[in-house]
Amino acid sequence: MTPPLVMHGVGKRFRRRWALRDCTLAIPERAIVGLAGPNGAGKSTLLGLTVGLFAPTEGRIDVLGRDPRRRQDVLADVGYVARDAPLYRTFTVRDTIEFARATNPGWDESIASEFLTRLSADDRVSTLSAGERARLALAVALGKRPALLLLDEPFARLDPLAAREFLQLLMDGVSELEATVVIASHVVADIERVSDHIVLLSEGHVRLEGSVEELLSSHRLLTGAARPLGRIPGVQEIVRERHSGRQMTLLARLNGRVVDPSWSVDEIGLEDLLLAYMAPERLPGPTAPEKGRLRWHG
Amino acid sequence: MIEFHLDPRSGVAPYLQIVQQVKEALRLGLLDVGDQLPTVREVVADLAINPNTVAKGYRELEAGGLVEARPGRGTFITSTLAAPSLKHHEALRQELESWLQAAERAGLDEESIRAVISTTLREAFVRRVA
Repeated sequence: MTPPLVMHGVGKRFRRRWALRDCTLAIPERAIVGLAGPNGAGKSTLLGLTVGLFAPTEGRIDVLGRDPRRRQDVLADVGYVARDAPLYRTFTVRDTIEFARATNPGWDESIASEFLTRLSADDRVSTLSAGERARLALAVALGKRPALLLLDEPFARLDPLAAREFLQLLMDGVSELEATVVIASHVVADIERVSDHIVLLSEGHVRLEGSVEELLSSHRLLTGAARPLGRIPGVQEIVRERHSGRQMTLLARLNGRVVDPSWSVDEIGLEDLLLAYMAPERLPGPTAPEKGRLRWHG
Repeated sequence: MIEFHLDPRSGVAPYLQIVQQVKEALRLGLLDVGDQLPTVREVVADLAINPNTVAKGYRELEAGGLVEARPGRGTFITSTLAAPSLKHHEALRQELESWLQAAERAGLDEESIRAVISTTLREAFVRRVA
């Protein structure tokens, strides 16, 4: 089966600034992808390219096996909820759903209405709470029965309770539709709960990509006495190095078992792992690559 | 029907937490042959977790011969972990209860009690493996 989203060396330049560069990735079918990275890392650009909002400056994009700029019919199978769930504020809930029905040939009324419980059809969008608006935008996106669903910062305006409710609805819809999902968020904790695949962007580059299981099993924290670092058997590369007094802690990507007893070896959680890859402190250093190279790309 | 819970900070992979909770319920006799597990959709809508996680946990249980997925109907318990030891649980629990009371009388607080139990468990199982 072809991956629903593939990028080969994709770059996007806005005027003189590259928002995304050298982006190569393949999202497996039915994955729930956490697209992580600080603000301005290129997450929205990646999603915008995927739905053909703009053309890549370089590289090639395949969405469900098609080029989204040449074959706009592919968009019928892609659900996209842009940041802040943009909806027509003067529309009622009913208007919004009717508009979605009229503009989407494969519209599935039953799915959409399932996700509109507790919303009154006559309410105007402008009077809805952030959580209700997010639910309405999700219902519109799910009503298309998308094979690929893209969400840009869906939790940004939601309080914790509304965020959890939104996530419940989203997971419910995803298991019903068997869709592949990409959730962009700058808050790692928001995507940690559901993601089984991670794409981490920073400064327009993919820093890390892979299944959560593979990423967690291939990284360990090593703690031991501070020492000059040579090659440590079992360690492929040192992602981050921290000193405190006579002790040092390394976040290491492994390619084997670390058996040296002078290191104590601990597992690392996903949130800590992603934050470590985002941290600027690991960019410089004597062995660091030239700026902009994809050294950490999994 | 069993209701799952998820501890994201436990360090145990979420699908394994589901497997462990089913096994524990089977050991305690809370689930029995013929009982139905909640559907994947029910679990994800309840816990806000990835459907692939639930499906993976259920597959693992099926591979272990504990459940069977019947297409279009759901996932059902096909074997139990409780029998035949379950009938001894109550008596053992009462013995443990009186041991706990003795420990409290001897002045152990909760942390000391946990420490004694966990080291004893560990040593006992190590001896058995060795």
